[in-house]
Amino acid sequence: MTNDKSRFTQHAIRNTFYRLLRLTAPYTWWIALAALLGAATIGSSIGLMATAAYIIASAALHPSVADLAVPIVGVRFFGIARGVFRYLERLVSHHVNFSLLARLRVWFYAAIEPLAPARLMSYRSGDLLTRIVSDIETLQNFYVRVIAPPVIALIIAIAMGLFLGGYAPALAPVVLTFMFLVGVVMPAAARRISQSANRRMVQARAELNVLLVDGIQGIADLIAFGREQAQAERVKSRSRELIHLQGRMAAITALHNASGNLLTHLAMWVVLLLAIPMVTTARLDGVYLSVLALATLASFEGVLALPLAFQYLESNLQAARRLFEIVDEKQTGRGRARTSLALSSAEGADEKSIRVHPRSSASYSITVENLSFRYAPEEPLALDHVSFELRAGESLAIVGPSGAGKTTFVNLLLRFWDDYEGYILLAGRDLRDYSPDEVCAQIGVVSQQTHLFNTTVRENLLLARPQAIEDEIVRAAQQAQIHDFICALPQGYDTLVGEQGLRLSGGERQRMAIARALLKDAPIIILDEPTANLDPLTERAVLRAISALTQQRTTLIITHRLVGLENVGEILVLCAGRVVERGTHAELLQTSGLYCRMWELQNAVLSDG
Amino acid sequence: MNLDKRLLHQLHSVHLFLALTILLGFLIGVLIVAQARTLSHIIARVFLGGASLGAVWSAMLGLLFIIVARALLSWGGEVAAFQVAARVKSDLRARVFEHLVALGPAYARGERTGELTNTAVEGIEALEAYFSQYLPQLVLAALMPLTILAFILPLDLLSAIVLLLTGPLIPLFMILIGKTADALTRRQWQSLSHMSAHFLDVLQGLTTLKIFGRSREQIETIAAISERFRATTLGVLRVAFLSAFALEMIATICTAIVAVEVGLRLLYGQMQFEQAFFILVLAPDFYLPLRLLGTRFHAGMAGVGAAQRVFEILSVTADRQLPTADRRRMAAVGGQPSAVVFNDVHYAYADGQRHALNGISFTIERGQHVALVGPTGAGKSTVANLLLRFVEPTRGEITCDGVPLRDWSPHAWRARVAWVPQNPYLFDETVAANIRLAYPDAPMDAVIRAAQLAHADEFIRTLPQGYDTRIGERGARLSGGQAQRLALARAFLKDAPLLILDEATSFLDVENEALIQDAIARLQQNCTALIITHRLSTIVRADHIVVLSNGRIVETGTHASLMQQRGLYHRLVAGDE
Repeated sequence: MTNDKSRFTQHAIRNTFYRLLRLTAPYTWWIALAALLGAATIGSSIGLMATAAYIIASAALHPSVADLAVPIVGVRFFGIARGVFRYLERLVSHHVNFSLLARLRVWFYAAIEPLAPARLMSYRSGDLLTRIVSDIETLQNFYVRVIAPPVIALIIAIAMGLFLGGYAPALAPVVLTFMFLVGVVMPAAARRISQSANRRMVQARAELNVLLVDGIQGIADLIAFGREQAQAERVKSRSRELIHLQGRMAAITALHNASGNLLTHLAMWVVLLLAIPMVTTARLDGVYLSVLALATLASFEGVLALPLAFQYLESNLQAARRLFEIVDEKQTGRGRARTSLALSSAEGADEKSIRVHPRSSASYSITVENLSFRYAPEEPLALDHVSFELRAGESLAIVGPSGAGKTTFVNLLLRFWDDYEGYILLAGRDLRDYSPDEVCAQIGVVSQQTHLFNTTVRENLLLARPQAIEDEIVRAAQQAQIHDFICALPQGYDTLVGEQGLRLSGGERQRMAIARALLKDAPIIILDEPTANLDPLTERAVLRAISALTQQRTTLIITHRLVGLENVGEILVLCAGRVVERGTHAELLQTSGLYCRMWELQNAVLSDG
Repeated sequence: MNLDKRLLHQLHSVHLFLALTILLGFLIGVLIVAQARTLSHIIARVFLGGASLGAVWSAMLGLLFIIVARALLSWGGEVAAFQVAARVKSDLRARVFEHLVALGPAYARGERTGELTNTAVEGIEALEAYFSQYLPQLVLAALMPLTILAFILPLDLLSAIVLLLTGPLIPLFMILIGKTADALTRRQWQSLSHMSAHFLDVLQGLTTLKIFGRSREQIETIAAISERFRATTLGVLRVAFLSAFALEMIATICTAIVAVEVGLRLLYGQMQFEQAFFILVLAPDFYLPLRLLGTRFHAGMAGVGAAQRVFEILSVTADRQLPTADRRRMAAVGGQPSAVVFNDVHYAYADGQRHALNGISFTIERGQHVALVGPTGAGKSTVANLLLRFVEPTRGEITCDGVPLRDWSPHAWRARVAWVPQNPYLFDETVAANIRLAYPDAPMDAVIRAAQLAHADEFIRTLPQGYDTRIGERGARLSGGQAQRLALARAFLKDAPLLILDEATSFLDVENEALIQDAIARLQQNCTALIITHRLSTIVRADHIVVLSNGRIVETGTHASLMQQRGLYHRLVAGDE
């Protein structure tokens, strides 16, 4: 069983490695060039030490200066060449790095775009997305840190083998054996020894992290209950434990480093041991004794980078495995992925024409019949036999406690998921008969979390309609009651927003979303908790802006805040995926059911004016 | 190069280890010289003296001994360097945490917590590189070349001068080119991180892009941005890499110069082979520590940056000096409810500019339940913080049963206060351990009783491992209402005479409402309570209402009397703005 499993993972690792290699394929020649330059850099050191030793040894025999002319030129050449080669190698390898980074990003985005957002639901949290970005950044070094060192080591080993073989064939296998020990056997052994300590260290670090996070974020609770000293003691003891483990790891690493040093010099010692009798028996010219000793020492630079390459290989494979896992969702992905992949560019043009004249088509109605849906086979029903009819130009609200299944509606209506039971009809036609892009073109969405891109206010608005003219933008902003705010910004519509620019408040973000939806001018509007997380005052202001948007459009409101629902045509109260009550606001208040209780709970508070 | 004084100050506790590192570094330097000497001796004897292996055998054994000793010493040096780093790290981490505790919740709150945690974990780890790599290398870079030079000088003045003149060029170039090149590189890395930010931005906004039908065109944008970055960056790096070029160049060219200069003198018989070869072998070792210093430089700088943040935290002083010892004996916990009096209490934030409270006076009678209401920013939470002694009044005093709060140590005072906050923090531990926060040694049946009183027992029993279920990142996630009920169970277990409810009922949903209201009513029996709330049903039940606005008390009374006054309270209830 275990054997099977390990064989499987071995296979998976090899698979991941090959897939990674394939991604680097377009740069094969650049990579070869960089590796050659890297080998030439180390080769120059070997050449420098060898020719320098040759000059000194020859000079000791007092030949004429002319005899030393060539080696002297050689020494100068190698002395300069090393710097030049290193410089070129760094340039070429960075070129490869950045090209690879660009390719990886495009590859990943192109693979993930059709899957979004259905397959990305579990990656929503910022942490995981950040992880993806840093994984890709790790992989950009795949060539420099993982592929190059073994290739360079191999070139150096072959060159040294040929060089030594030329003078004393017996020495070549000895030096190569030592290189193999330093470059392959030692790192593997060190890894084996440190594996368990390493695992425990990772765990101890995670536990310490938890203690610190708890200690800092829960500091008020700790202090209020008089437990701060106890927590400090736990931090101290866990920190000591971690450092103890790190000490063991450091000892192993130091042992590894020292043994690399030891083996390098031992190799030189063995070369002397074998070469001295050869000199004595005149099988080797004495001049070369010093040359061989110093060249051997210099050549080990070629294998000293290998242990690090092993470590990087591991982290690269892990990063790659995570990315491949996400991309491979394609095979199990449903709905969105299937249809979107089938889209040709001709359909893309189609979709554009729809977007330009959305209102020319007849107004849209939404009919839902016996709709049932679950996110995964093992999960409970998110929607359980829900039916309603929303006539063109009218409004309908779906309310209920959190987790009742309200947001699922949005996901289904936008065709992020397809595999539901029952029917959704858009303008009398099965939703699944439209392409996802056609559907999106008909629907404007204001959701509870509006994503603003790190660009200007204008660009963020133009997203909804790239060809909009200035007048249209301003009119949309005015209707969304954000125009005055934008004008007061230092650069007006050209102010940068988002992470690196201006941070907008919740109310301002929602008004931006409303302006976007106004610009898009779609016949159907979905409001998905548009005022969640806003304070009551802002909530009322945003609702006023929304009223401009919903006029004469088919409007579906999804909310747990029972505000502004007095004029909605029909309200569905959803609980655990089922419709438990339905009617107008006034009717529902009279039934004193769930809606009424939610209403009372929400309103029996002091206002915050 | 940047020997931060405060960082080195940390070394006080560890200078024995540092001395050991320096000693080992020096010994390694001596061994390098010895190895070069023995090697050149052996080669000279065999090459020019025609000695056989047997004739140089003792020298060969000596060489082997030196090689092994060198490896052992470098192992010892690395271990010693780690010990230095380890001591400093564990010391600093404990100090940072204790300091944060001393600063209290007024400092570590909101978005700051993430950054603080990061500093306490990663920042202090970054210091390790400074102590275990950069600092020893700095010592070696100073010691080794000098040791080598000391041996070459008596042998050959000219070579010694070449080394002496060129050696300092490496650090000099590192500083000269390094500064401009570093600035260039740093700017490029910044634009790299901007590019990453763009990519992250697109991934986060993918749903938005899809809804607007704009997601596919991003492929080209990403490609174009990456390509532009590659082109401009390579242009800049062409200059930045010159520093690496120059450093490699100095070290190798000087070795070449020494080889030629020594070789020519050897040729004219001005020098012995053994000496010449000795100098040649040592020349690369002379430059190596200086070059390594460059590669470790960044590790050192990251450590200094991290240290700056650590010391920034350590240099924040606590708001006010708090007494640590009790001047009075505390009444037994769980005794009679207390009466609390606020007497002209002021509180200003640390910057001294903004005033949270401007002289408030009110009394909570023994066993009374007082509701504190008012608009956001009125100072309600500051009142709770003062009563919990997270902060101390800038003026005025608070007394409990006639005794000023400052006569007790904060720790002893808090033992008689139970607190239920708006967002109780649940620790990454079991449910039982979370309830036991007040009494770590409480027997299990007491924990269960507290949970039952708080209406938490029902849902705890449905968790996979009941009371032993882990909560938090790695365990079960609880809803807001469930977390609130656990916080109430904590308060029940604590059974303190004074209760503070700080917006404990603001996030109620339909399912939890009745349960939590019921639990709170039970908790309030037999104790004095200060209740901060927006919820009308809770306010109406209070014995007395204090209305706060802009740090002052504007009205007090019962619900009925305040409604009659038609003041701020009436406006808040009616919902007018």
